[in-house]
Amino acid sequence: MSFDFTKLALASTFALCAGMGSAWAKDDIIVALQLEPPHLDPTSAAAGAIDSVLYSNVFEGLTRFAADGSVNAGLAKSWDISEDGLVYVFHLQTGVLFHDGTTMDAQDVKFSLDRARAEDSANAQKALFTGISDVSVMDPATVKVTLSAPNGSFLFNMAWGDAVIVAPETIETIKTNPVGTGAFKFVNWVQGDKIEIARNDAYWGTAPALTAATFKFISDPTAAFAAVMAEDVDAFAGFPAPENLPQFQADSRFQVLVGSTEGETILSTNNLMPPLDNVLVREAIAHAIDRQAIIDGAMFGLGTPIGTHFAPHNPDYVDLTANSAYNPELAKELLARAGFPDGFKTTLKLPPPSYARRGGEIIASQLRQVGIETEISNLEWAQWLEQVFRGKDFGLTIVSHTEPLDIGIYARPDYYFQYDNPAFQALNTELGIEADPAIRSDLLGKMQRMISEEYVNGYLFQLAYPTVANAKIRGLWENAPTQATDLTAVSWAD
Amino acid sequence: MLRYALKRALSLIISLAVASAVIFMVIEVAPGDPARFMLGLNAQPDTIAALRTELGLNVSKPERYFNWISGMLRGDFGTSYTYRSPVSQMIADRMWVSLPLAVFALLLSIVVAFPAGVYAASRRGKTGDITVMGATQLGVAVPNFWFAMMLVLVFAINLRWFSAGGFPGWDAGFWAAIKALTLPAIALALPQSAILARVMRSSLLDILSEDFMRTARAKGLSRRQALWRHGLRNALIPVLTIIGLQFSFLLAGAIIIEQVFFLPGLGRLIFQSISARDLIVVESVVMLLVFSVILVNFLVDLAYAVVDPRLRSRT
Amino acid sequence: MKSRSLIFGGFLCVIIVGAALISFLWTPYDITTVNIPDRLKTPSMLHWFGTDHFGRDIFSMIMIGARTSLAVALVAVGIGMGLGVPLGLWAAAKKGGWTDEIIMRGNDLIFAFPSLVIAILITAILGAGAINAIIAIGIFNIPVFARLTRGASLSLWEREFILAARVAGKSLPRISVEHILPNVTNLLIVQGTIQFSLGILAEAGLSYVGLGAQPPMPSWGRMLADAQTMVSFAPHLALVPGLAIVLSVLGLNLLGDGLRDYLDPRIRVART
Repeated sequence: MSFDFTKLALASTFALCAGMGSAWAKDDIIVALQLEPPHLDPTSAAAGAIDSVLYSNVFEGLTRFAADGSVNAGLAKSWDISEDGLVYVFHLQTGVLFHDGTTMDAQDVKFSLDRARAEDSANAQKALFTGISDVSVMDPATVKVTLSAPNGSFLFNMAWGDAVIVAPETIETIKTNPVGTGAFKFVNWVQGDKIEIARNDAYWGTAPALTAATFKFISDPTAAFAAVMAEDVDAFAGFPAPENLPQFQADSRFQVLVGSTEGETILSTNNLMPPLDNVLVREAIAHAIDRQAIIDGAMFGLGTPIGTHFAPHNPDYVDLTANSAYNPELAKELLARAGFPDGFKTTLKLPPPSYARRGGEIIASQLRQVGIETEISNLEWAQWLEQVFRGKDFGLTIVSHTEPLDIGIYARPDYYFQYDNPAFQALNTELGIEADPAIRSDLLGKMQRMISEEYVNGYLFQLAYPTVANAKIRGLWENAPTQATDLTAVSWAD
Repeated sequence: MLRYALKRALSLIISLAVASAVIFMVIEVAPGDPARFMLGLNAQPDTIAALRTELGLNVSKPERYFNWISGMLRGDFGTSYTYRSPVSQMIADRMWVSLPLAVFALLLSIVVAFPAGVYAASRRGKTGDITVMGATQLGVAVPNFWFAMMLVLVFAINLRWFSAGGFPGWDAGFWAAIKALTLPAIALALPQSAILARVMRSSLLDILSEDFMRTARAKGLSRRQALWRHGLRNALIPVLTIIGLQFSFLLAGAIIIEQVFFLPGLGRLIFQSISARDLIVVESVVMLLVFSVILVNFLVDLAYAVVDPRLRSRT
Repeated sequence: MKSRSLIFGGFLCVIIVGAALISFLWTPYDITTVNIPDRLKTPSMLHWFGTDHFGRDIFSMIMIGARTSLAVALVAVGIGMGLGVPLGLWAAAKKGGWTDEIIMRGNDLIFAFPSLVIAILITAILGAGAINAIIAIGIFNIPVFARLTRGASLSLWEREFILAARVAGKSLPRISVEHILPNVTNLLIVQGTIQFSLGILAEAGLSYVGLGAQPPMPSWGRMLADAQTMVSFAPHLALVPGLAIVLSVLGLNLLGDGLRDYLDPRIRVART
């Protein structure tokens, strides 16, 4: 009680000094997210929601993603790479403590990497670690990682949320009580509602401006709109209803940031299911689709058209949208040439996100114009994973592939859209061992062209990442190079 | 009486056993692997296998059923696949939202329905009766989720009297919590109060035509006095039955309303668990709801038998 | 008041059923074509109820949506009656026997399950769609009709004309069909109307959570779900389908009440 009183007195003194009523700078924040994490271990689930809360805030890796998607130093302050690209020696930051007070050292790094690549590992991105042949501790501040083959994207891989450093002492309870090295420590989780974190006063790096933050989970788009409007939350990262953004833009209380994501939203096509196995049919579908109508109708204008499976903000991106320009007449002609002058029937299976559900209805209507009838079924994620992703029982589906730089999935013939092209696979293998940026860029360009010209999938748009926030908040990430809500640089303007 | 009670108790146990088997079978055949759901698109088969072992999904189905049942008898509902925390704890947490919401909605509906029903009965056939009955017809016809949307539109978005949803927790203070539950409770209570008002009215009208009421009237009491002194108490029995049923309905039936107001209650827990294929949570919550309904029915049966001995002869 | 319920309820039902039937032959606009530039128009002479977020005419969608609602509810009640009535007759004929006990306990069991949760489970297993919504709603109609039929039949079995039939050596099933059933028909019609209205509400609820009829087939519940994020700037998207549901349910309920008063005022119907 007395404490509160002091604080109050302080506050009013401060207000007087500053000469205005609301000068007591706010130092906590309520950030709303759409999805709640299933548990709090980023190293054993694919759920992006875990990273959205914990990445960089609570857990850190050897390297880390910056707001622009570049890879910076993290717990490793520097590294040396051997000539042959097989040995990485990481020099760790010193004086780093886990939130339970224990020291973070080379042993913890070895433990984390070995755990992720182990036989019985439950890491959802195990492929990131399969190239590691050995991890050894040179001294408490130095770790040597040996690869079995050169890997041009190893440092990039180590920045993923799935590669953060965890401690053996607290691994048993990590799913409910995550202990990391980040600028914030975990405080409390009210399941179904919110997660609270507070400033880590023993943080090794630059102290954050916020003393506390609450992540609130609001999955329903209507509720999301109402919560922001009523200022129940200070910011909503990844706002789920693009149709409501104009209302926020028109309201001076709010700022709207529309950033880019790594999510290529595609009309995934089963390349083995007749008649979709015919490249002419896939080309016809590509020309039957009016991307802009989908972006306008499903996303209310948010999203950048893409012509291949690559993020437009990446410097290596090639604009290939012309390959699949909207042209229903050409589409009909192609269908006729492929032997389907009267069109055909196929399935369109849609997962829950609104880009898929709304986009699906629009695409169905557009395909009908050229004679292709689609039978729509709306699936929940579990069913989608079972039927489409694992069972490969689908003609068409719409999904956003949100992993960064994931064009490599086209080199996996058993991946759900079943594209099997040895020439592409050879390019991908070459890319994997190439470290020279110029050659990599050239390879990536070739890969983009190949899948675009073979119309493997219908390429729709790059998913946008809208954030709505109180107009006084500074330092929020605009883009989403990885799924994260990094609060370390966030502050309130006076 | 004791024999009757034992017989009903036996039937209660059989019902529960059958219900648990049905729930387990229905839920276990649902397509979708919880492990795959948790690991997502890029997971490799051996990772999924490892997680399945960790979750205990590799033992045979009868064995899992047995484990589930024996666990529940000991009060152990198992561990959630996705959240990795005890199911009993999760249910208890959600109960703190769902139970007060159900009670709140029920109280609201009683507060509205009782006077409305009594009034309508006392003005039978007159304008007041017709108005109340017309209103209840409307109340029954309005889908509660649509009503909820309209409440949000008017009171949260336009007037900003209430927040559009969410639950601050009881830690935030009693009134803050009650405020958050107000719109959902109103949305839930509307159709319930309409039904209750109708039952109240017809139950009172039945009582009014009974002999002892005529006697009371003959003794010089006015219609209204007779209603208050003798009618109400007797008319309450069927009303209480309906309230009992409504309570279990509200506990489970709030699922859509909890969705509209994003309240972290039992309904939303079921919804989330079904889509995440967190089978053990779904099984336990459904079982709990079924148990509460069967128990309410059992108690109602017993209460009736106490009131009306003739029923005991019915098997 | 009595005939007023019948007339007003009947009037509403005729409008809704009429709209559904006419939609087979004609709607003001084609609703299978998405027309993005025309989206979110407010009601006007061109579009009486405005257009939705895909630029489709809402009036036309309401007409076709009526088809979905009525069809799902009708078939679901049909399933409930088709299975529930014979079960109820059977249980009453075998009163006190083990078949009666099993049927009635089975009914209690179905009643004990939270219907919406089970409906969601059914659609999670079988997939979302109109057919599965029908199954989910139909299952919960079985015990309603079984109980009602049994309850009404029990007292009939003690009446003289039934006793006479038994003495004449008629079999139990034959008596049930020839003598009991005709005497409970009025009751079934009245309860059927009420169940029909509840079926429409249930279908709307299931479609609202995305488990009813799938696109492009319009349904009122899904129109509400789609409208949800847009009510703040286009309230007509939510008002129109909501009112369509309210008016059809109201119409059926009034019709049911009116029919009861007309056919047999002593009938009591369950309404939970």
